[in-house]
Amino acid sequence: MTEIDEHKTLRPKKGERQESFRNLSDIEIKRLYTPEDIKNLNYEMDLGEPGKFPFTRGAYSNMYRGRLWTMRQFAGFGTAAQTNERYKFLLEHGQTGLSVAFSLHTIYGYEADNEYALGEVGKEGVSIDTLKDMETLFNSIDLSKISTSMTINAPASILLAMYIVTAEKQGHSPDLLRGTIQNDILKEYIAQKSWIFPPEESMRLIVDTIEYCTKHVPQWYTISISGYHIREAGSTAVQELAFTLADGFAYVEAAMERGLNVDDFAPRLSFFFNAHNNFFEEICKYRAARRIWAKRMKNKYSAKKLESLRLRFHTQTAGVSLSAQEPENNIARVTMQGLAAVLGGTQSLHTNSFDEALCLPTEKAVKIALRTQQIIAQESGAADTVDPLAGSYYIEALTNRMEEEAEAYFEKIAELGGVIPAIKANFFQKEIANASYKYQQEIEKNERIVVGVNDFQLREACSTPLLKIDDQVSKDQIDLLNKIRKNRDNEMVKAKLEKLKIAAQGSENLMPCIIDCVREYASIGEIISTLKEVFGTYDEDSIF
Amino acid sequence: MSENRKIKVLVCKPGLDGHDRGAKVIARALRDAGMEVIYTGIHQTPDDVVNTIIQEDPDAVMLSILSGAHNALCPIIMDKLKEQGIDDVLVAVGGIIPDEDKPILEEHGLKGFLGPGTELKEIVEFVKTNLKR
Amino acid sequence: MGYEALIDRLLKGDTRAAARLITIVENDIASAEEIINSIYKYTGKAYILGITGAPGSGKSTLISTLTTIFVKEEKKVGIICVDPTSPLTGGALLGDRIRMKKHFTSNNVFIRSMANRGQLGGLARATEDIIKILDVYGCDIVIIETVGVGQSEVDIFRSAQSVLVLLVPGMGDDIQAIKAGIMEITDIFIVNKMDLPGADRKVSEIMQMLELSMNFKYDYENINPGNAKMCKWTPKIVKLNSKTGENFENLLEIINEHRVFLKETGVIENYHLIRIRNETLQILKHKLTKKVEDLINSNSQIDEYIRLVMDKSMDPYSMANLIIKLLGIE
Repeated sequence: MTEIDEHKTLRPKKGERQESFRNLSDIEIKRLYTPEDIKNLNYEMDLGEPGKFPFTRGAYSNMYRGRLWTMRQFAGFGTAAQTNERYKFLLEHGQTGLSVAFSLHTIYGYEADNEYALGEVGKEGVSIDTLKDMETLFNSIDLSKISTSMTINAPASILLAMYIVTAEKQGHSPDLLRGTIQNDILKEYIAQKSWIFPPEESMRLIVDTIEYCTKHVPQWYTISISGYHIREAGSTAVQELAFTLADGFAYVEAAMERGLNVDDFAPRLSFFFNAHNNFFEEICKYRAARRIWAKRMKNKYSAKKLESLRLRFHTQTAGVSLSAQEPENNIARVTMQGLAAVLGGTQSLHTNSFDEALCLPTEKAVKIALRTQQIIAQESGAADTVDPLAGSYYIEALTNRMEEEAEAYFEKIAELGGVIPAIKANFFQKEIANASYKYQQEIEKNERIVVGVNDFQLREACSTPLLKIDDQVSKDQIDLLNKIRKNRDNEMVKAKLEKLKIAAQGSENLMPCIIDCVREYASIGEIISTLKEVFGTYDEDSIF
Repeated sequence: MSENRKIKVLVCKPGLDGHDRGAKVIARALRDAGMEVIYTGIHQTPDDVVNTIIQEDPDAVMLSILSGAHNALCPIIMDKLKEQGIDDVLVAVGGIIPDEDKPILEEHGLKGFLGPGTELKEIVEFVKTNLKR
Repeated sequence: MGYEALIDRLLKGDTRAAARLITIVENDIASAEEIINSIYKYTGKAYILGITGAPGSGKSTLISTLTTIFVKEEKKVGIICVDPTSPLTGGALLGDRIRMKKHFTSNNVFIRSMANRGQLGGLARATEDIIKILDVYGCDIVIIETVGVGQSEVDIFRSAQSVLVLLVPGMGDDIQAIKAGIMEITDIFIVNKMDLPGADRKVSEIMQMLELSMNFKYDYENINPGNAKMCKWTPKIVKLNSKTGENFENLLEIINEHRVFLKETGVIENYHLIRIRNETLQILKHKLTKKVEDLINSNSQIDEYIRLVMDKSMDPYSMANLIIKLLGIE
């Protein structure tokens, strides 16, 4: 069909609201989808039963009829003691798993009194410097009975070590521990920017954690391969899908290069996706993700176990879609996004609080977010059958389309030599920069409407009570840090750090050394500094 | 001011907050409006910011902070600028600044709070109309 | 106007004064004249390096590493980073500074970003004036970083004593581009990312190019004929890795070698002559163009001439000659 003909068929019929209807991946949405759109669909090969290859219809055969998704609300702020209180509150109110957000200085491996930590201590997450903070964080919480997700990347190995030693002190062996560390460094270079070391050295640490957990902490999910941040940085849904899976395959290859058997570690890889606004696009994205992962793991990496082929994921509703104007509107947005994640088959879900565009959420807002999930679960009927939208002409056509576009991206990445070379060539960053600039322009030209922001605005003052973190937190944390430094065996700390340095210069697995350092109350900052001496740091190019 | 004169703006992110999408979009928009934009990226300490201002002598500075560290970082930066006798630079801050924090920052000399929802063209206008020299 | 106070502070090494004076000379040529008038006699200490290459060749990282070495040698370094102005918008994104972050709080490093403001905007003149300010400010070394290897880079680098060009294995047309532009004045070719395949091939390509050319940088004919130590400078090629610092000692050796060559052969004076001549030429071009434009806009006699040309009673060349007479130049 020539360009002109195509344009004619897409030109709006009289009476349509827009010139064209495009979703957030810039895919043109038709007025009507018909059997024609899925005439080549083969149920066995393309969809299959849920819980069976290629898993399009769901990771498990009975999905939410068997067990609802985990309602896992992200939390963490102030000192470990304050967060411990919030955790106990959430567990009492029905939350079924814990999720830890860390303060920026922890994320970057700086102690609370480092100059870079100025103004950051306790903000954006809980402040952790030493093992003592971890012990306080989980005070009176039995680590053998809950599952914990730790949103930490560059220093993930250290936080995992602290978790293991904290459980050990509670009397639990590591094989009882359930949870996940995000530990996805590739997306840091692409989107979130909280890396410390260069890519190759970072990958070594990640494979160390995979290898260690495969042997000693077998229930632990070692990487939460993330698309959430890529999307938050401004990518389209297709880019989120493609870049996340590309990262996943890169980790699989790295672990296999170490000599690990794919079926030994792949079952413990999990994913973390965004749930953004375009309802159907998001559902198709999750279904396409499962199918792509299953096919490639089987055909390219020869994985045999069902668990290696099964893509499990956690979802968080899109922070970037929340507005600061008329924040109550965000409750409606989050409900819609949460429902998309459920209809897409997520294993666990975090729903954002409505005031989150303004600051860390208040207790009231957190409760509403949790209730949103509970209402979807108990009152909407969405959880009563598996993959209810399968067979829809629109859904299957769009799922196919997203898979095709993701495959096109995989080819481009392969041409560049793989994910790490593509990162160094700024491929992902350029794609995201362009997508986010385009999106911003569309909003400003009112080609895309955000209710209450660029349309239907009310000029009224916003009087949402906000949660404020005061500077006392910083003082308290620094005081505690100084106390630890005084009371620990500093000779031992020095010795263990030295041992770590030597190990880092070699190729042995670093987890045992890190655990030893952590046990002696070495701080994250000290461990990271030691590793920096061996690994160096990484500078990125600025891409606009 | 001769016609050759371009408006020079510094866009940077003090502190550990790494979310640079907004700052980059603003840098690009200011460039598209004909300004010369120095972008120094993430993880700038207050000294980094101040020394860059001293050497580059910009007409305006846009600080982007989304982590909540503005209460600590902005006053330090403004105080250091004052120590240096620099008072003819427009300093604005973008990101998440709760209303109750604004008066203190204003007292320290910060002029604009260009938070979420501010249109790019508003930001460009703000810079053009609020220059101190 | 009164720039005495600023200049006073500049002579004492005041960073802010230097920065403010740079802003003035960049934007206002009349003030530039006044300022250079006052400070010219203090110039001459700084050694000037020009570094360029295609985008992505690693210039900023190289400069950052070099600067670390110079600072260790207790030298004060000034760096001018020139980036292109967008021809569509007239604006510019100046991002070279980012890669030099570790020097931001050093008392011995001054980094300044500049937009080229369109090739015809008098960039060479402005850069030359900024170099002088940094010289007087106290810099032992001034590095000019630009992007590209064409004619405008040649213009800027007439101020540089050593010109370094960066190449990267795998980048296609760079040798061709160099041949068409900056080849004649390059003193040192650097092949960056030496660990990449194709590094050695790039070195051979450069050598081939050099065999087929002559280095026209130095006006050897007119150098003091009494200097028996006269010899030509053959451009050197060095491989290195700007990120890891690998082989930087070799680069520094060669830079020193070049510096010594210039001094001992007396070629440095020739370089000064060329620099002064070119600089003056730039200024003259600007001033005379302005004079002519003013004349054309104000002199009614010119309108007469134009009418004659329109009637075909006179041709444009003849008119130009008449205008030159009006200016008082023959």
